[in-house]
Amino acid sequence: MRRGNVYLLIFILALFGFALWSIVPLDRNVFGREGLRLGLDLAGGSYLVYQADVSDIEPENRDEIMEGVKGVIERRIDALGITEATVQIQKQEGEYNIVIQIPGIADIEKAKEMVGLFTVLEFREQDAEGKWIPATGTVTVNGEEKELVLSSRYFKENTYVTVDQVTRAFLIFEMDETGAQLFKQISTRLIGKPLAIYLGDEPLRGEDGRIIAPTVDEVIEDKGQIRGLSLVDAQELARVLNAGRIDVPLGRLADGEFEPSVPLYERTVNATLGQDSIRKSIMAAVIGIVLLLVFMLVYYRLPGLVACLSLGIYGVVLLGIFKLVPVTLTLPGVAGFILSLGMAVDANVLIFERTKEELRGGRSLAAAVEAGFNRAWTAIRDSNITTFIACLVLFWLGGELGALMVRGFALTLFIGVALSMFTAITVTRTFLRLIIGSKVVNNLAAYGVPAQTVRNTK
Amino acid sequence: MIDFVGRKRWFFLISWILVVIGIISLVISQIQTKSPLQLGIDFTGGASMIFHFSPAVEQGQLRQEMTELGYGEARIQDAGEGNFIIYTMEITSEEANELAEELGTELDSQVERIDYYLVSGTIAAATARNAVIAVIIAAVAMLFYIVWAFRRMPSPFRWGTCAIIALIHDVFIIVGIFSILGWLAGVAIDALFITGLLAVVGYSINNTVVVFDRIRENVSRHISPDFTETVNNSLIETLGRCLNTALTTLFVLLALFLFGGATIHYFVLVLLLGVIIGTYSSICISSQLLVVWEKKEWRALLPFAKRTG
Repeated sequence: MRRGNVYLLIFILALFGFALWSIVPLDRNVFGREGLRLGLDLAGGSYLVYQADVSDIEPENRDEIMEGVKGVIERRIDALGITEATVQIQKQEGEYNIVIQIPGIADIEKAKEMVGLFTVLEFREQDAEGKWIPATGTVTVNGEEKELVLSSRYFKENTYVTVDQVTRAFLIFEMDETGAQLFKQISTRLIGKPLAIYLGDEPLRGEDGRIIAPTVDEVIEDKGQIRGLSLVDAQELARVLNAGRIDVPLGRLADGEFEPSVPLYERTVNATLGQDSIRKSIMAAVIGIVLLLVFMLVYYRLPGLVACLSLGIYGVVLLGIFKLVPVTLTLPGVAGFILSLGMAVDANVLIFERTKEELRGGRSLAAAVEAGFNRAWTAIRDSNITTFIACLVLFWLGGELGALMVRGFALTLFIGVALSMFTAITVTRTFLRLIIGSKVVNNLAAYGVPAQTVRNTK
Repeated sequence: MIDFVGRKRWFFLISWILVVIGIISLVISQIQTKSPLQLGIDFTGGASMIFHFSPAVEQGQLRQEMTELGYGEARIQDAGEGNFIIYTMEITSEEANELAEELGTELDSQVERIDYYLVSGTIAAATARNAVIAVIIAAVAMLFYIVWAFRRMPSPFRWGTCAIIALIHDVFIIVGIFSILGWLAGVAIDALFITGLLAVVGYSINNTVVVFDRIRENVSRHISPDFTETVNNSLIETLGRCLNTALTTLFVLLALFLFGGATIHYFVLVLLLGVIIGTYSSICISSQLLVVWEKKEWRALLPFAKRTG
């Protein structure tokens, strides 16, 4: 038993040391993580949710096309120089929502403008001065002559990528009737010249940052292929071409009518409000923790001190987890964290109360501590599982709402309660066992049980 | 020794009074405002924004100016330090900026928009529905869990039901308090209110399970042939733990409530109330319900029924 304690102590100290090392200083780079990841309500930033109008798309193609739309939006936001944005698709009861998160200070109005644009890609050729101008041709549609720009509208939806024996990627595509006429005219004119692909006013760029502009080396009619792209670029291009066949307007449904460019949800937080919230949260946490520690010390004496130590380890390890996972901290998330500190004491309290009872019952110190842990365990387990259930339901609700705030709270509370169970049954127990084993403090009063209250068992 | 079980009629009476006050408030609110609770923009759709005024302005001034600018329906909450939280119908981000500018000119103050939040009516309806579903799912899941955890006891379903009744009791009282705050102080419930409510649900059951766990242990140790006495002993044995845990949690929550800032003020209030009421119900309600059920003393539940035998 004693050797087991020493090993556990080494493990706890190693864990504590590692966690401490990873969070001090907080902004040092550890495994590619710097600082805590702050949600937009603390760091400032925007959270936008748009509904996609998929009414013109066959149901079976929707998933795939939305993937392409996501790629298109990522490119547009990237082009604004906003690098840390994330774009997600949420599918709910057949509706597709696009969730965009833009951290930090950014030109949100500009970003919103870009998001609302069409998803159709345009092909461009170079004029005499090397400027990219739309590649046009004159075709007959329904007996009418029209001048049209070659665009992803005229591609069939079966664009795909194959790889040959020497792992070169080929992008294979087919054109519809109008597209075949257009492409024939344009490719005849441009043999030996490049053709670039534009999204709005931005050219598509490959992984290497260069403009994707394949050279036309044969006349293309209803079928064609593009060679010389990297596999990743080819796959991405295939996706955006498939997505670009139809305009997928983003906006919202209101009273059965689709309003383009108006978000379903928008939250934009100024960075100063975020800093203010951080400052206030830290102050609240410090005051709360000090009160907590004083109470534990006064009421439980020596075990209280042990609980304070294990609470300290709990706090450091939890911050380490927040930083390394990383967990995005929101304001309600911080509240969840502080709440979990208060609740983390719970497992300790359960154990100590139980130990006190055993001591009063006349057991020896060592036996009382062991019995205290063993008896308290079922209560700790059963009671915390109910909190886990609440967290899981909240996590689901947060996803349905599209509200990050709810999820942040559920996640930090869940992690906090799970870790608090661990620290109570390993850290507190090991420390107490070691103190008792070393026979430094044997006075029962130090455990909050004055000698006269001990029942005589003889 | 305190007789917790013997005083059950008093505890039930207190709870009935709180619940009835809540119901009266919900009815008054329904009559006065057409809604039992003031619903925030998460449930109705609309926009909320925080404007920072420097120098600070008076809330009355701001209200008057908002009415003149055509926002008479807006709800305004003073968040301190020159910040005001304003709830309006759905207005776009550009319109919010224009509003900030106009307010600045009219009130002769520097106005900065530090928070903007827009929720569409369509999604808000789904949110309200999902919130109700979430509370029901949580309650049912916990009922199943407790029935499972107490499966070795005679009639485990009874333990689960008593815990869930205590939980519904807690939720009802908190909803009642927020209904009163709604028509008295214009406090509206939002998605965070539901979040707090669910966290409280977890906490309240957590407490009840600790007490039930002790009853379970004491029943199997046969400490007394009388179930009433077993329950009372278990309550007294767990009293220290229940109060201490509630206290440590209240310390941190109180600090958050007083110093944590206006944006999560009411969220923390839900948690605070939940911890207090959850602790009360696990000491004074849930176990007493077990006894009532065991002894079939159903009349004890009714506050003014005559004592039998």
